[in-house]
Amino acid sequence: MRAVSPASEKLLVNPIECAGHGTCAELLPELITLDEWGYPVVDPGPLPPGLERDARKAVSACPTLALRLLRA
Amino acid sequence: MTTATRQGSGDHVSGMGETGELPRLLPPAGPGGQAPDLTAHLARHGRLPYRERPGVLIGDIEQAGLTGRGGAAFPVHRKLAAVLEAAGRRGKTPTVIANGAESEPASDKDAMLLWLAPHLVLDGLQLAAEAVGADSAILYTHADREHDLGLRLRQALLERQVAGADRVPVQLALAPPRFLAGQETALVSHLAGGPAIPAFTPPRITERGMAGAPTLVQNVETLAHLALIARRGPGWFRAVGTGPEPGSMLATIRRPDGRPRITEVPLGMPLRDLLGDLAPESAVLLGGYHGTWLPAARAAGLSLDNRSLAPAGARVGAGVVISLPADRCGLVETANVVRYLAFESAGQCGPCLNGLPRIAAAFAELARGRSGPRTRADLERWAGLVTGRGACHHPDGTARFVRSALVTFAAEADRHERGRCSATSARPFLPIPAGSARTEKDWM
Repeated sequence: MRAVSPASEKLLVNPIECAGHGTCAELLPELITLDEWGYPVVDPGPLPPGLERDARKAVSACPTLALRLLRA
Repeated sequence: MTTATRQGSGDHVSGMGETGELPRLLPPAGPGGQAPDLTAHLARHGRLPYRERPGVLIGDIEQAGLTGRGGAAFPVHRKLAAVLEAAGRRGKTPTVIANGAESEPASDKDAMLLWLAPHLVLDGLQLAAEAVGADSAILYTHADREHDLGLRLRQALLERQVAGADRVPVQLALAPPRFLAGQETALVSHLAGGPAIPAFTPPRITERGMAGAPTLVQNVETLAHLALIARRGPGWFRAVGTGPEPGSMLATIRRPDGRPRITEVPLGMPLRDLLGDLAPESAVLLGGYHGTWLPAARAAGLSLDNRSLAPAGARVGAGVVISLPADRCGLVETANVVRYLAFESAGQCGPCLNGLPRIAAAFAELARGRSGPRTRADLERWAGLVTGRGACHHPDGTARFVRSALVTFAAEADRHERGRCSATSARPFLPIPAGSARTEKDWM
């Protein structure tokens, strides 16, 4: 039997929608920091285990719906 | 029909007569630089070799190894196949667009090609439309201020209509004079009636472009090559160029002493042969304003193909090769261009909207000898910070250009920090279009 691993996901910002509210960086500081203009710099790698819940929170909290989770 | 000539704008066409093979795309320079009419065009190149079925031509294009001549050098057969496949899977009939909206102010090769060989481009548009099963086509280009390119193209389209040469109707659409107007998603937005500003992808436009249908966008020069490959075959195409990068390309050459020259060259042509003797302390700009500065001594050992240029961090791009005169300041020239690029940001993405003006302002200080001890470090940091964070590649290209200038003109920047400049002429060399976008209307 094969071990079931969670589907690998990654975060993606739509830079046109993003207005730099910064909510995502507050909720997920492990993977998202803000640049000097207040826009998110997102870790491009796959979501590390244990951060899925916080990542989902950050996605749903984005006021402009600019943050997404995609299958990596 | 027309008395206007592109020669009048200071350009001239030259081929590589000694090879006996080029130019392929441009007609031999005739009196007044007149474009051949459809009859003369067909007499030179032969009839349109329709394949009568979608998909058939794609194998020839793959064997030829044709890549996009708009700058990205993407394999043409893969784009054709992607559109054909998406059309079949989604049950939607594709649209094909000939992209003649060359954005580089330093490049004039697409306008030149459309002026001198419109029928070759329009042949390629028809054959590409057939290859992907499209039922409509658009020719998208900048209005030419000096010459009425639009009128010329309308005449060419009318000639073809009268002769029954085209199977798919072609519309002519004019792009606004913006640097990003030719970017694929900006083009689709503009043709749908909106501003010519980039969109965030995915989906790719080969999947969902015009009216949600799979859309093929090819540079006009790419289509002209395609039209010739369809007639003469992949082996003929590969007779010039290098093995991995076959064929020829149009290049815009700017030498220190002369006017811009548009010439058709084989891929792999030594830059030394293109530019002549280079002052070793001078610099060469490859790939235009999203391109790369290199010290002349380095460029002199390279050739015009991506295999040769990649280790130097440069690319062929759309074939812009500029040799900076030894009496000009590379920092001043770069600052002028970066200011223009910052103004040409569509302003949609935070890092580009904020970062490019910062970069432009800091570079202007460096160019004027008013930089602080941290200016160069700030420029490096901002260049890194904007890269990869826009919906399109405008911040990435601008950052590449800036970083290459900081390296290539490092000694000059040292001089500027000590209040000196080695330039003896302040006359701007690199062309900068007048006027920037102020309201949304300027993007329409």
